[in-house]
Amino acid sequence: MPQDRVDEMALEEATTPTLPQLGAVGALRWVWRQLTSMRVALMLLMLLAVVAVPGSVLPQRPQDPADVATYLADNPGLGVWLDRLGLFDVYASVWFSAVYLLLFVSLIGCIVPRIALHGRALRARPPRAPRRFDRFGVRDQAVVEAPATEVVAVATRALAGPLRALPRFRVDTGLEDSGALTLSAERGYLRESGNIVFHLALVGLLVAIATGQMLHYRGQAIVVEGRGFANAVTDYDTFVGGTAFAPGSLVPFTVGLDRFTAEFTAEARPVDFAAEVTVREPGGQARPAVIRVNHPLSVGGVKVYLQGNGYAPDVVVRDAAGEVAFAGAVPFLPQDAVYTSRGVIKVPDVSTGDQIGIVGFLLPTAVVTPAGAASVHPQPDAPLLVLTVWRGDLGLDTGVPQNVYELDVTGMEQVVGADGTPTTIVVEPGQTVDLPGGLGTLTWQGTPRFVALDLRHDPALGAILGFALAVLAGLTVSLFTPRRRIWLRLTENDGRTVVDSAALARGDDLGLAGELERVMDAIRARPGEDRSGDGPR
Amino acid sequence: MDLGDLSTVLVVGATTAYAIGFVAFAIDLAHLADRVGRPAARRVHDASVAAASVVGGARAAGGARAAGGDILVEAPADVVPRRKAVGIAMATTTLGLAFHGVGLLLRGLAAGRVPWANMYEFTAVGTFVAVATFLVLTRWRDVRFLGTIVVGLVVVALGLALTVFYVAAEGVQPALQSYWLVIHVFIATTATGLLTVSFAASALQLLKDSREQGMARSARPDADADAARPSRLAGPRWRALDALPAPRELEALSFRITAVGFVLWTFTVMAGAIWAEHAWGRYWGWDPKEVWSFVVWVVYAAYLHARTTAGWSGRRAAWFVLVGYATVIANFTLVNLFFSGLHAYSGL
Ligand code: HEM
Repeated sequence: MPQDRVDEMALEEATTPTLPQLGAVGALRWVWRQLTSMRVALMLLMLLAVVAVPGSVLPQRPQDPADVATYLADNPGLGVWLDRLGLFDVYASVWFSAVYLLLFVSLIGCIVPRIALHGRALRARPPRAPRRFDRFGVRDQAVVEAPATEVVAVATRALAGPLRALPRFRVDTGLEDSGALTLSAERGYLRESGNIVFHLALVGLLVAIATGQMLHYRGQAIVVEGRGFANAVTDYDTFVGGTAFAPGSLVPFTVGLDRFTAEFTAEARPVDFAAEVTVREPGGQARPAVIRVNHPLSVGGVKVYLQGNGYAPDVVVRDAAGEVAFAGAVPFLPQDAVYTSRGVIKVPDVSTGDQIGIVGFLLPTAVVTPAGAASVHPQPDAPLLVLTVWRGDLGLDTGVPQNVYELDVTGMEQVVGADGTPTTIVVEPGQTVDLPGGLGTLTWQGTPRFVALDLRHDPALGAILGFALAVLAGLTVSLFTPRRRIWLRLTENDGRTVVDSAALARGDDLGLAGELERVMDAIRARPGEDRSGDGPR
Repeated sequence: MDLGDLSTVLVVGATTAYAIGFVAFAIDLAHLADRVGRPAARRVHDASVAAASVVGGARAAGGARAAGGDILVEAPADVVPRRKAVGIAMATTTLGLAFHGVGLLLRGLAAGRVPWANMYEFTAVGTFVAVATFLVLTRWRDVRFLGTIVVGLVVVALGLALTVFYVAAEGVQPALQSYWLVIHVFIATTATGLLTVSFAASALQLLKDSREQGMARSARPDADADAARPSRLAGPRWRALDALPAPRELEALSFRITAVGFVLWTFTVMAGAIWAEHAWGRYWGWDPKEVWSFVVWVVYAAYLHARTTAGWSGRRAAWFVLVGYATVIANFTLVNLFFSGLHAYSGL
């Protein structure tokens, strides 16, 4: 079969499956040889593709813990087993890690010997001209009116190309017993160099990613217009660091949110979000900056992403005694595309009576119908707060950390009207309304916006990018560098030189005939040339 | 009728033109097969030349073309009937490409952005690249036999795009407004177009190879053992395959295109990671789309390995291209439509 083209590399491969020798060392050596064989590398690559798939089908804990919980609740029997097998965290599972680690061990075991071989090949001379050229598919003959030495000079120039430091072909000359001069030329060493760079860069990429995983930290923070954020673990709403993360690596900068603007189409499709901020780095001047969805802010080794936004109604709550019990902007989290936003106002510091919890919705552009109120657009064109009130013990003193966006109603009781249904209060901006049950009043002073910022520090990003580019470069060089050999044999006869030539490529090579033609044309383009040569075949 | 509608009309026109082209390519292939059987083309056996010849490698020998260990020497043009059907096929396909290109341009103008931001548009651009790649290849080598598969696939894909994936021209959400969108998605779509062409070549390689093996088996004197299960591909219904280049040449063609496609896919994955880093604050998060892009990459990497692994080149390697293309299509359809993730921009 003509397809069974066997490469030099593959040839040594063919001899691999020998029986294990006796003894532990022999067995180990046998395992190692298997592991670093092309066949096993191929299997491991296919296996890697297969084991990656379940993670796209089943919900994954790092991405979607809530979905995993739902799945487990829906499939109690199967779910437990899938969980035991690590199928809800595929990419950190033992078996996924085993496959890629084995693959990389195989890669190193495969590539390191090749580096040595390649180093030797780089210093070796091109192989000698074969005795007979007629077994080559691409060959040519020319007869020129010039001494052989002169032809060799011309051919060498044509083969080496204009760059002395990086010759196109490496050229070597020889003298045969018959007196014929030969010229051997080889190009394409870069192919193997590229291949080695590619594989080594893959290793580098993996190491860089792992290093980044260990040293990184990331966290979220919600910042209301007019307020700021300081880069300290305590100022984050949520925070995670890698296994080797040190709190000292947090650069104490601050980011103040001056203004946030959002633009939507009439159909509530978001068009643009922009957070105008003032950044202050330790020992530096305050500087203005804008954070957009695809344009994070870089500060103190951290990238700050705009991850979400919403409204934080600024309210004042007075208790039954008329004392200010609460004042401040409370972020309400958008629940849908028209920013129907849910929030909780907790008022523990009342001077008399029960603590107060206020729960409800902010409707940016409210339309009120007999059926109820709803928002129709995310911009605050006709904002309305629709709230219900709870009284009792907020449970803040128990020492258990609470979610600020949820009201724990275990110690509380909802304020209801005469008919027993919860009393709803509706507030417009600037209004002060009485809280039901004589609990006090609420004033809605304004509606600043808030942004949800995602802050992330990964010191390995530069290295990751560098290795990725090396992967790409090595791959491109390796795949598109032709590997060719050209041989010339020059026989002098009556002051004329007969030039026989042959060319060989590794694998299938479109440009091989053209390459030989180019060299032979250079040889022929001499005074007294003979054009009867029949061109490469 | 606004620009967006006009664009759709042009894409419909392109699809129609491709459909005609597809039929004409199929007719041409059938005719070619007839001609191979007739003496108008003389077959010369020259194993030594064929063994070393490659796609395009025989360019110096006037009109000679390597075909399955035989050199098919085409007789002068006045003896061989002109391939009329393929002329029509090429003309309609070229016309279709022109409609297609203008349609994409208008789509971009109508939406006020690059025209590749939802599934309809990805399909439209990917098929455009597939047809353009095919037409460019025909200038360099006579690979018009690929037309049946490439243009056929394109017609199916555009038909789906127009009926199932279609959405009106509109702007996109802020997460997509980035020059990384332009680069990442364009390269991904281009790679898909290229991999479509290499898929066609590998599929034909396998068919042709099966036919040759089947015919060789039934031609052997000691064929009785195998004769019990005669290969259907060796029968006269698949005669059209005789007109194709040797499996080895198809494999070389497929490899070249896959190599370019693979480099572009590598770039796609990297550009995607950079984009994700900008937009979502992480360069890799095993989102379903990322998983499948990774799977596609690994399968094609395995293909490149297989080609140089003893006993895995040729037929077996060609299967990798088929599997790889299946993952490309799964990545584009299944993942966009059925798996939830951050890459939710099918527009449906
Ligand atoms: C992370 C796993 C690997 C990936 C993604 C990978 C990918 C690739 C790709 C894409 C190529 C073709 C491009 C080129 O020649 O540069 C290639 C070639 C090659 N790989 Fe790998 N590889 C991996 C692991 C390995 C391992 C474990 C071995 C050794 C057993 C190996 C040995 C080779 C060799 C020898 C070639 C050159 C083939 C030729 O001569 O053209 N690779 N690899």
